[in-house]
Amino acid sequence: MPLIPVVLWTDALVFVLLALGGAFALYASRHEHLRDPWRRVVRSRVGVATLVVLMAYALVGFLDTVHLRLKQGPQPGVEETRYAPEVLSLLDLALGGLRERQEKTYSAPFATHLYVKEAIDQPDGRVVRDYPRLLHAGAHLQDPQRQRGLDIAWRTLVGLVEGLIAWILLCFGIFWLLARRWGVALSEVRRRVLAGETHVPWRTALGALGVVILLGFVAGELAREYHILGTDKVGEDVFYQTLKSIRTGLLIGTLTTLVMLPAAILLGIAAGYFRGWVDDLIQYLYTTLNSIPGVLLIAAVILMLQVYMSNHADAFESLVERADLRLLFLCLILGVTSWTGLCRLLRGEALKLREIDYVQAAQSLGVGHFTVIARHILPNVMHIVLITLVLDFSGLVLAEAVLSYVNIGVDPTMNSWGNMINSARLELARDPVVWWSLAAAFLFMFTLVLAANLFADVVRDAFDPRLRQAGA
Amino acid sequence: MPQPLLEVEGLTTLLGDPNRPARAVDGLDLRIQSGETFALLGESGCGKSMTALSLMRLLPPSARITAGAVHFGSSDLLRLTEAQMRQVRGGRMAMIFQEPQTSLNPVLTVGDQIAEAVRIHEGRSRAQVPARVVELLRAVGIPDPEQRVSEYPHQLSGGMKQRIMIAMALAGDPELLIADEPTTALDVTIQAQVLRLLKDLQRDTGMAVLLITHDLGVVAETADRLAVMYAGHIVETATALDFFAHPAHPYSRKLLESLPGAEKRSGRLAVIPGRVPRLDTVFQGCRFADRCDAVMDVCRMHAPRWLQVAEGQGVRCALWDTDVMAGISGKAAAGHSPSVSPPGPADTARSESASAVDQPLLSATGLQVHFPIHRGALRRVVGHVRAVDGLSMALSAGRTLALVGESGCGKTTAGKGILQLIAPTGGSVRYLGHELMGLGNRRMRPFRKDLQIVFQDPFASMNPRMLVGDIIGEGLQALGIEKRRPARMRRVAELLELVGMDPEAASRYPHEFSGGQRQRICIARVLAVEPRIIVCDEPTSALDVSVQAQILNLLKDLQDRLGLAYLFITHDISVVAYLAHEVAVMYLGRVVERGQVDEILDDPRHPYTRALLSAVPVVDPEKRRSVIRLEGDMPSPSHPPQGCHFHPRCRQAFETCRRSYPDELRLSATRSVHCHLAAEV
Repeated sequence: MPLIPVVLWTDALVFVLLALGGAFALYASRHEHLRDPWRRVVRSRVGVATLVVLMAYALVGFLDTVHLRLKQGPQPGVEETRYAPEVLSLLDLALGGLRERQEKTYSAPFATHLYVKEAIDQPDGRVVRDYPRLLHAGAHLQDPQRQRGLDIAWRTLVGLVEGLIAWILLCFGIFWLLARRWGVALSEVRRRVLAGETHVPWRTALGALGVVILLGFVAGELAREYHILGTDKVGEDVFYQTLKSIRTGLLIGTLTTLVMLPAAILLGIAAGYFRGWVDDLIQYLYTTLNSIPGVLLIAAVILMLQVYMSNHADAFESLVERADLRLLFLCLILGVTSWTGLCRLLRGEALKLREIDYVQAAQSLGVGHFTVIARHILPNVMHIVLITLVLDFSGLVLAEAVLSYVNIGVDPTMNSWGNMINSARLELARDPVVWWSLAAAFLFMFTLVLAANLFADVVRDAFDPRLRQAGA
Repeated sequence: MPQPLLEVEGLTTLLGDPNRPARAVDGLDLRIQSGETFALLGESGCGKSMTALSLMRLLPPSARITAGAVHFGSSDLLRLTEAQMRQVRGGRMAMIFQEPQTSLNPVLTVGDQIAEAVRIHEGRSRAQVPARVVELLRAVGIPDPEQRVSEYPHQLSGGMKQRIMIAMALAGDPELLIADEPTTALDVTIQAQVLRLLKDLQRDTGMAVLLITHDLGVVAETADRLAVMYAGHIVETATALDFFAHPAHPYSRKLLESLPGAEKRSGRLAVIPGRVPRLDTVFQGCRFADRCDAVMDVCRMHAPRWLQVAEGQGVRCALWDTDVMAGISGKAAAGHSPSVSPPGPADTARSESASAVDQPLLSATGLQVHFPIHRGALRRVVGHVRAVDGLSMALSAGRTLALVGESGCGKTTAGKGILQLIAPTGGSVRYLGHELMGLGNRRMRPFRKDLQIVFQDPFASMNPRMLVGDIIGEGLQALGIEKRRPARMRRVAELLELVGMDPEAASRYPHEFSGGQRQRICIARVLAVEPRIIVCDEPTSALDVSVQAQILNLLKDLQDRLGLAYLFITHDISVVAYLAHEVAVMYLGRVVERGQVDEILDDPRHPYTRALLSAVPVVDPEKRRSVIRLEGDMPSPSHPPQGCHFHPRCRQAFETCRRSYPDELRLSATRSVHCHLAAEV
């Protein structure tokens, strides 16, 4: 075998999450009351456009989640196959070039020279203080100052053409599928989509997809020869770092909810439904938890974990595993501090639902408590759960950035937007200012959070029964 | 005819999607003379409220007036600018709404709210405003107006709030008052107070009242003239006297016949099949054609013309159109008095006497449901809301016991307490000799099958996330009667047919059905477990008159066929008269009088029963009694008055009433009353 798969803790949880998501999708597709709101989501233009953007992020995040170790080349004197100690993800392999092309230190986006002057030994023995050429970026250019602009333009054009071809092929594929499904000719499908006469706004979806693909191809083409977002202090490509950060952001946003969901749903519904001492107990629990400052709790847990890890250094095979465990604990503790909001909402809703006639009718028919909860209460609070999850996601992504900034977030070795912003603190203070780390993190995070927020709005509108009545 | 105060011509209001608009008001014509009470009558969803909002130009954003003219005095309201319209609103033309609870701002005192209306419309100096506010409060019959001005809406009862709303409407000395279901949210005794107040005000100020309602009784008692609205337009106008004596339109006739009442006990109520059509349908012929039993081919083809039948009575029906009827040979004679099938098939023979006085199926003695009131940080119990406080009753198989009372008297809590859905705090409930009190969830289960409940709101009583088949089958599954799904679904299909629905409904969701259909489904769910007693908690109060008749017929049929016993909880006396065998009247958590239905309705002994019955609006002018006005509101069940609970509102109260609660006085084998007065006589 040329490689062995490695499943980190967070990877496993992501797979569980995907499985749960798949199961929910299957369940929803069979139940009209769940399918209808989702149909509304995909029929809204904002909905599909943001969905495309989110899917692009999710794809990057997923590629970065499949981890493996490569086989080492044959070494003299070693019989059995050995695997490299380094844990890589599919994304690392795909971006291999970016990962390996390290410079010495800072360089600006699209630069061909370093950002700091160094003493350069001339062939004739003199020493000149100047900006040295970069090792990798623009190395193919003879005269960077003259050729660089033209080269960038040319590569952009190539990227655009490639992207256009890929996009058109993809569009044809989708048209063909649609034509088969609707049972009409290909040209008719194209006409309908272009005229915007389809239920699902395909025109918008394909447009957004086109933008994403074109940007991807242009960036890919340029990144072969340039550091399109510059390099950081140790010369690592910032573009690579931001792409790696996507997984961290997504994980914090999704795993945290996975952790908090069971507690919030179980305790919230139990408090509202059973009332009495159960309600008192759960209320005291979350009131207490809520009155501890969240940052304090997170800092305590992360510091404890750090102490543990430094005392048991041999328990971890690699740096990646250590960082992964810390990420997992961050998700856990964020979950612990954030379930109370949803719990409170669900308690209120369950209090209302337990008095509603159909629950009383079920009780008078002798239906047991747990069946009542599973059959009557849970399905009727599901929309609240869903809305809260989608709304919380962007908040959690931002929370990661803040926590890493104050050094109680993810491991410093792990790529994350928070760490990038943290390092930018010093970069912005130096002269001349290094702005690209911050800008890159900001750009990617902003796009993700904006898309998630817009998507959350669409989801909330689709599930809001009051708006649904107004529309009906 | 003198110049009318308000003249509406061809008013058309569209709602929603421009491509497929709902024609909420469709070519409506109206004339209201000054000083008269004009009633706009119709079932829900026929466009009554939209008409009122169109007149006030207070439509929701999705609605627009597309045609017509509204002449009010000398001006056309639809041509006024918004600024001019604001002068008219609340000034010459005022409106009061159905829900007094939501029409008042909870953070302002009532005085401030009335003062606002006074300042805007009367332009008085600031110093004069408070005096005028007190004057208005006095005009609407609020005691101690000087103190009430500084109270907040939550300190007032529903009836009081509606009076405040009327006071605000009066602030501009309106020539026309539009009252949109002003008493629907109120109890009958309070309704009588408010309607009386409106009449008195009208007499004193000479304003005209446009009364929008669905209640035929209210119309009969208050209106001078009326218009019947159906599917967005008016199908009949008449004076109130003419209308109730000889309604012209088949719809009006059916509406009157479908009213329950004592004289219809022996038979079935007339029903109008189907339901009000959706307003976005494109009508070709008569809008009532699909539900009319005198329908002719011409009705489906051409929309009927507006015809003047008699002085002051007009109708939109082809039956009265001599041109049309002349064309249909042979039927012409029947035209002017289209035969209405006599009510009731032959299944009127009912086992009245069979099981009258044998062993009761279910009995309650001294049932108490007290809710503790918690205060403070340690949640100490500082008192109790005595929702049900010593209720006794007995119910025999195949009989209907009606539990009657105003809202807040504890009748719903009593029903749920008997079923152990709310744990009673005292007393005893025995079913077939078994004590049900204090049984846990598990031990109560064997009895669940026999004791069932149907709720008031058909929209809230079904889980919107479940298929109708699963809803009906829930009890079968939970009680282990039919464990396997195919067998359960077969049973569900049978049940749906039993309640007169298509078995195919089982695979649909509740929201696809109308209110009446949902109530049928709820009844099917209850019948699934073959109960012997059904607690019916106001099952028809959320339904229109014509649909109510369908449900009442169904309940009566089921009782005849299956020998069910009903504990029928209601505030509607006409339903009681139609359906019940025995009646128990509740006041503040206790039964004050009980007996056979005719005994109670014909010869009430308790002063409260008398007042309650006299307050019910009656259609037939000959049966009308003089309203015994009850002062004030029902006291709070957390602080019931000393002595007889009713004495603060009772006109005949004397010294003993203030001291002790009257014991039960047995008047006959079936009849008893709690009143010192009855004991004296």
